[in-house]
Amino acid sequence: MSNSIKVSVWRGRETGEFQSFDVPRQPSQTVLDIVTFIQRNIDPTLSYRFACRVGMCGSCAMTVNGKPRWTCRTHVDKVVEDGEIKISPLRNLKVVKDLTCDMTEFFDKMNKAEGKFHPTKTRNDDFDVVLPDDPTRQLAAQGIECIGCAVCYSACDVVEWNKDYLGPAALNRAWTLVNDVRDGGNKERLTAISGDSGCHACHSQQGCVKHCPKNLSPTRSIIGLKRATMKAALKGEI
Amino acid sequence: MKIAGHRNHAHYWAFILHRASGLLLAIFLPAHFYVLGLAIEGEAAMDGFIRWTDAPLVKGAEVILVILLAAHLTGGLRLMALEFISTSESSKTAVAVGAGISLAVGLAFLFNVV
Amino acid sequence: MSNARVETKLWVWQRLSAAVLAVCVIIHLVVIVYAVQDGLSAAEIISRVSGNFLWLAFYSVFVIAIAVHAPTGIRTILKEMTSVGPGATHMIMATFSLIILAMGFRAVIGLFNASIIG
Repeated sequence: MSNSIKVSVWRGRETGEFQSFDVPRQPSQTVLDIVTFIQRNIDPTLSYRFACRVGMCGSCAMTVNGKPRWTCRTHVDKVVEDGEIKISPLRNLKVVKDLTCDMTEFFDKMNKAEGKFHPTKTRNDDFDVVLPDDPTRQLAAQGIECIGCAVCYSACDVVEWNKDYLGPAALNRAWTLVNDVRDGGNKERLTAISGDSGCHACHSQQGCVKHCPKNLSPTRSIIGLKRATMKAALKGEI
Repeated sequence: MKIAGHRNHAHYWAFILHRASGLLLAIFLPAHFYVLGLAIEGEAAMDGFIRWTDAPLVKGAEVILVILLAAHLTGGLRLMALEFISTSESSKTAVAVGAGISLAVGLAFLFNVV
Repeated sequence: MSNARVETKLWVWQRLSAAVLAVCVIIHLVVIVYAVQDGLSAAEIISRVSGNFLWLAFYSVFVIAIAVHAPTGIRTILKEMTSVGPGATHMIMATFSLIILAMGFRAVIGLFNASIIG
């Protein structure tokens, strides 16, 4: 094992170039360690995002050797190719600077997909009883661990080809709410997710499933939405 | 050919095959209907065209078309199985099996047509 | 009809026509492989389908299913891979569907009526 890695890092905005750095190799080193080393010891003008650095927040997501990943949970040993690593910001999102991207569109689409809770009760009403073995609760539970890191959004080709496509994360979130018995917004939600660039645009390529760091399956949620919209259309609800 | 890192997986290839085969079949269809419609002008007109298809290059194209049809079918079955049956991990095996069946059908055609 | 309704219905029709086509294509492939044994000829095709109501019905269903399925598929390709707008896409879809129906039934009925003397 050589004792340094050649790292190519994207510098600039939409236009820019890859800049090369030599970074000393350490045992159990992660890609986030590399980026941090560069910023602290070589070039303090490098911009990047991170927070927890232990695989909980999703802030450090970047494209590493072509794949969208959490850099804090990516061991250098696993991704280095011929002693080289290439790091760039997440695909499908506008670049703010260097390795940071603008997440506005990602969260806007969560809203457009009605990925928000519509309450039906007031503080004066009794609680809804939702048992853990309730089938719809289990369907919701399969998707609620999403932390909005945009790795799936970055991996999705339909997002690249259809700029209005809501994307795997927003649709996954919508599905968890479709299955939430306390929520009252399903008519608007099913309409929102089945428009021009909704769930029907998904081709089940499953790039999202392959890359999700939490092993979620937005494809499964989107298929659930396809079935739900079919039933709703047959009943005349949308 | 270097494929973008995030695309190198079974379901992506299944999708590409499904889309490419669908497009090529859609382009082929009007020609196919035209030739069949030659029957209206009588057997001789249709046979004249069919003799042209005896050429090896045309036979080769026909083998490819049969494979495309079988591939598009198995790709579609993959999609419908995902959407109406299950999205479990075994779907990746299904992709491989589907590709194998398409090839087998193409070979059956090849061995019967030459 | 709202966009949501249109998209959902197209999705349903694409799957319905696909299910019909799955059966038709399997039968068609079996027939093809069988028919090309010992060479293909117009006489062989015509003798199989001419005057036969079963084949007429089968191929009619086949053509109609394709007229639904193929344009819907092309529509997605146009939307994702070209800059053709929704109005033009709709025109292209409708035209393609009519071409399939016209040419398809010309062939189906032509073969049903064909005779081997010609």
